[in-house]
Amino acid sequence: MNEKLLEVRDLKTHFFTPDGVVKAVDGVSFILNKKEVLGIVGETGSGKSVTALSILNLIPQPFGRIVGGRIMFDGVDIAGLGQKQIQKYRGNRISMVFQDPAASLNPVYTVGNQIMESIMIHQKIDKRSARKKAMRLLDMVGIPEPQRRLNSYPHQFSGGMRQRVMIAMALANSPSILIADEPTTALDVTIQAQILELMVDVMNKTGSSIILITHDLGVVAKYADKVMVMYGGKPVEFSDIDKIFYEPLHPYTNGLMGSIARLDSKKKDRLTTIDGSPPSLIDLPPGCIFYPRCKYRMEGCARSYPRFKEVKPGHHVACHRHAEFLKEEADG
Amino acid sequence: MLYYILRRILQMVPVIIGVTLILFMLIYMIPEDPASLILQKGATEQALANLRAKMGIDRPLHIQYLRYMGNLVRGDLGTSYRYRRPVSSILADYYPNSIRLALAAIIIEIFVGIITGIIAAVKRYSFWDTLVTVSTTLAVCVPVFWLGMIFQNIFGLRLGWLPISGMGDGSLRYYIMPAFTLASVSLAYVARITRSSMLETMSNDYITTAFAKGLSPGMVIGKHALKNAMIPVVTLVGLNLGTLMGGAVLTETVFNWPGVGRAIYHAILERDTPVVIGGTLVLVMIFLILNLIIDIVYAYLDPRIRFDRRESRV
Repeated sequence: MNEKLLEVRDLKTHFFTPDGVVKAVDGVSFILNKKEVLGIVGETGSGKSVTALSILNLIPQPFGRIVGGRIMFDGVDIAGLGQKQIQKYRGNRISMVFQDPAASLNPVYTVGNQIMESIMIHQKIDKRSARKKAMRLLDMVGIPEPQRRLNSYPHQFSGGMRQRVMIAMALANSPSILIADEPTTALDVTIQAQILELMVDVMNKTGSSIILITHDLGVVAKYADKVMVMYGGKPVEFSDIDKIFYEPLHPYTNGLMGSIARLDSKKKDRLTTIDGSPPSLIDLPPGCIFYPRCKYRMEGCARSYPRFKEVKPGHHVACHRHAEFLKEEADG
Repeated sequence: MLYYILRRILQMVPVIIGVTLILFMLIYMIPEDPASLILQKGATEQALANLRAKMGIDRPLHIQYLRYMGNLVRGDLGTSYRYRRPVSSILADYYPNSIRLALAAIIIEIFVGIITGIIAAVKRYSFWDTLVTVSTTLAVCVPVFWLGMIFQNIFGLRLGWLPISGMGDGSLRYYIMPAFTLASVSLAYVARITRSSMLETMSNDYITTAFAKGLSPGMVIGKHALKNAMIPVVTLVGLNLGTLMGGAVLTETVFNWPGVGRAIYHAILERDTPVVIGGTLVLVMIFLILNLIIDIVYAYLDPRIRFDRRESRV
């Protein structure tokens, strides 16, 4: 079970804009094991999408660049690969599903064409077998009349169906890892669960892993095995799902948990919020990035950024006061 | 699709009726007697009246119009007052030259324009991008006839590489300067539109998807970006086509090109009504047919534009 599949170490992806350097991802580390679902959680602008794009080196050019860290996959540091080599991984060993299926499919080609293309660039098969395979994929993701729908254009599908097409395309080469970047954000609530179930189902069958990027803690609670919480481009906490939800160590994670609406809460209980807003990622002060919004801040917190380290087996956190929180927890 | 094309062709009929009506009325308003242009000065009143009756221009306007349209349906564009020849044969002399020149200009416009636009977009902020931006700005600002004269001066007179004017034996050398001059403005626009359209397309999510599939940058640009980016370019080229066909008066004059733009221009000066109307009419028809072709090309490029709405969403 605990076979290591992907290890990201101290990943740094910066954007060199005319206004300054944006440290969109700054020191992210995590491990993804086989057959695991890893959730990456954070607010908009916390760097979760850039983390996902960095894995396949899909950072928007010409401003963005991976400036440090390693992404070990299958014994190879894929962060350091050139264009030609990384192409062999993209869509083949590691696939992506994006947020907005309406924008992520090319409007001028049929879905059949787009799925077959995925198959044919990585597998040496002829057009007819690729077509058959594409049909089976559409069938697998639950699209009725797959034979006929191969000839349809993206605009002839509904949002949920388009996301199914995207998933079919991502699974075309049986990848080891599926990275889903907010795969249900643009969909109707009624469809969201279907799409997530479909992804998890298929991945369970093929024995692959999923990196699920979302800001929906409910989704994470239900599907993820492990969670990484990100804030301002930095990882603040990384652990098993249970520990994150029941014994959060970072004040930010704690705040997130408090801001979930619960069915079983009493009516007079108000939802708690985290005051303030996420920082701009240009010219960050040297201290803890969460310092201005933190309820537990101390004087020392503004001086240096706390190291992201393992404080309990499998539980990483970046907070100067983690020891106190750990002790509180132990005391009950 | 066939039904759509037929419908579009039928829609041309009212346009043609409208155009001829306007032309007729405009020319009728000119207080000049074609008969006195044809006959020499000092012709008797009787001779003029006879000629008017023979030409049919003594009849009321609506009769003249109906007669003209009747002839038009039979493919007869009338007879030139000046050359005493059928208008169709005069146009047949000049049109091929104009069309050849226009085609040469279009080919230059499309190939040079699109390729430079793509290079500028792909190598954004590079030396090439700046070069394209600066030279296209210049091309748009400079008057066409001036550019033509500068070409003549440099390549014709000083360097002696190319013939200065005329069609000569019709070989390719004679086309280069007039075609580039004629294409200059629209080429600049095509390059600009291609660049911005390409940049806009490259920022779309489906381009990231294409990269995420493992396609090479060449495949992403050539397959996924280009077809989408070409949609506004096709509009522009389509609009330019008509202008190139008929709007070559300046270029044809500077290079003394025996084309229809120059012919219509002279016909207007000489009050040669049938040539003016006939020439303009053919121009309008070409414009309409080109527009139809452009719309069909659209449908090929963008499947969301379909003419018969039978397909439905699921």
